[in-house]
Amino acid sequence: MLKVRDLVVAYGGIEALKGISLDVPDGKIVTLIGANGAGKSTLLRSIIGLVKVKSGSVEYNGDTLTGLNSQQIVSKGLTLVPEGRRVFPNLTVLENLRIGAYMRKDEEGIAADIKRIYEIFPRLEERNWQMAGTLSGGEQQMLALGRALMSRPKLMMMDEPSLGLAPLVIKEIFNIIRSINENGTTVLLVEQNANMALKVAHHAYVLETGRIMMEGSGKELLENEEIKEAYLGKKKK
Amino acid sequence: MNKNKRNIMLTLVALVVLFGVACFAQTEIDSYVRRIINLCLIYAIIGLSMNITNGFAGQFSLGQAGFMAIGAYMVGIFTVPVNLRADVFYATPMHPWLVNIYIPLWLALILGGVLAAVVAGLIGTPVLRLRGDYLAIATLGFSEIIRIVITNATSVTNGALGIKNIPPLNDVRYIFLVTAISYIIITLLLNSSYGRAFKAIREDEIAAEAMGIGLFYHKNLAFMVSAFFAGIGGGLYGALLGTVDPKNFLFTITYNFLLIIVLGGMGSITGSMFGAIIVTAGLEYLRLFDEPLELMGVAIPLFRPGLRMVVFSILLMICVLFWRHGIMGTNELTWEKILNFVKHPLAGFRKKGVQGK
Repeated sequence: MLKVRDLVVAYGGIEALKGISLDVPDGKIVTLIGANGAGKSTLLRSIIGLVKVKSGSVEYNGDTLTGLNSQQIVSKGLTLVPEGRRVFPNLTVLENLRIGAYMRKDEEGIAADIKRIYEIFPRLEERNWQMAGTLSGGEQQMLALGRALMSRPKLMMMDEPSLGLAPLVIKEIFNIIRSINENGTTVLLVEQNANMALKVAHHAYVLETGRIMMEGSGKELLENEEIKEAYLGKKKK
Repeated sequence: MNKNKRNIMLTLVALVVLFGVACFAQTEIDSYVRRIINLCLIYAIIGLSMNITNGFAGQFSLGQAGFMAIGAYMVGIFTVPVNLRADVFYATPMHPWLVNIYIPLWLALILGGVLAAVVAGLIGTPVLRLRGDYLAIATLGFSEIIRIVITNATSVTNGALGIKNIPPLNDVRYIFLVTAISYIIITLLLNSSYGRAFKAIREDEIAAEAMGIGLFYHKNLAFMVSAFFAGIGGGLYGALLGTVDPKNFLFTITYNFLLIIVLGGMGSITGSMFGAIIVTAGLEYLRLFDEPLELMGVAIPLFRPGLRMVVFSILLMICVLFWRHGIMGTNELTWEKILNFVKHPLAGFRKKGVQGK
């Protein structure tokens, strides 16, 4: 579905991504783990068109995305749940959701989707008229997910959905991610919480300072000794 | 949907009633008060126009004086009766292409708005890449450039002498109708998906862009719509004064409107209206502080020209200290709130923070 080939992205003279290739197959959850500064967020931002690509290509179902602007990319069915949630704080929950559907014009479909999202996240319906900035961190993350779902994405990219959330809430969020995927949306997940991320992932990549160091199924990487030591905090025996 | 219908009906009724008040004001009220009402209405249009960019799209722009000047001069140049033009342009004759063109006021207002919007589009393309303070400085600069161009295009604008003999528009009904139409159009725009996109950009540009909202397109659109209505407001202002002069459009006049929207609430349509009324009427009625006052035969020393502004500034500071987001914040005075208040006048005091579901 999504094919990234030799992607290089540079901020000024410094290369944040030094030639990355990865595949996101249809209907799967693919996870990208790595430390701070590895280039995970940059990768997502360059796929969605927020950051300019220096060289390499991004293909989505055969269409080249490099060089398109975010509007065109979002209209192809990709969406990004940005790092740190970034809900619109002084707008109501409902308005946030409606902005998520900005690219769509079918009023009835939008109304139906808002209903569906309130079924997935009943807590958001209770807070329908509340300003998004007054929600708790977990609720804001739910809203960010709901907002992204409003564009009816085929590929949903998430940048650290567990950031700053309590362990119980993280568990809930990951359950929701799994169910979103089961409903047919492909997920590209970027995480520092390697343990949780690898557990839900069908396939995973390890990113280090702009390069992919390792790949494999989520299970393989969970059992890999190096990964255990570097990201999961378990000592080698 | 039923509620929507009711709101539309109530709005129409309110408009008719207000129009009736305007008709009454036109014939029964003395000209001093009428002038204040007219100014309030005009300032309400320009205030709301400024609120589109500053309050809704979150782009701190200070170019309103320039766009007003464009609208005002469009009215000034084309609505002066042809036979009076030689008197007006006594120093430098009017350009021969323009001297015989007469346009009725309503068309001049629209053309002034359109020209202001076109200029805004041209300015916006480079300027709207800037953010925050830098954008404010750049728009301020452009508004001064417009004024200086007007001052120096003597054969078109009569330069620093200004244009007199504009048929004075002293008609509350006319100004009320223009204001009402402007408010209706802007409200419809801001409640549409464009308005939501503006607000999204105000709240978080990166998130908005990731939702597929075209930043540049929407910023430019907000800027142009804002300039359009500032041009219309400026045109009415020129017609109300009966004369336009470059000095009327110094950048300081922009601060009046900044004051109106900060006081009324950045991002509130009804707030702009309240802000305009408070600032305009407040400045007028505080004039009593400018006149010498004698109490029981003793002249109170501070009452002299200038005290008005001191009092006004103190009132403003109090306002900003206690209502940090202006009177309305980003809220609107909706029919729901008014009806709720009518039904349960004290509910707001008993239970705080109850919101409609």
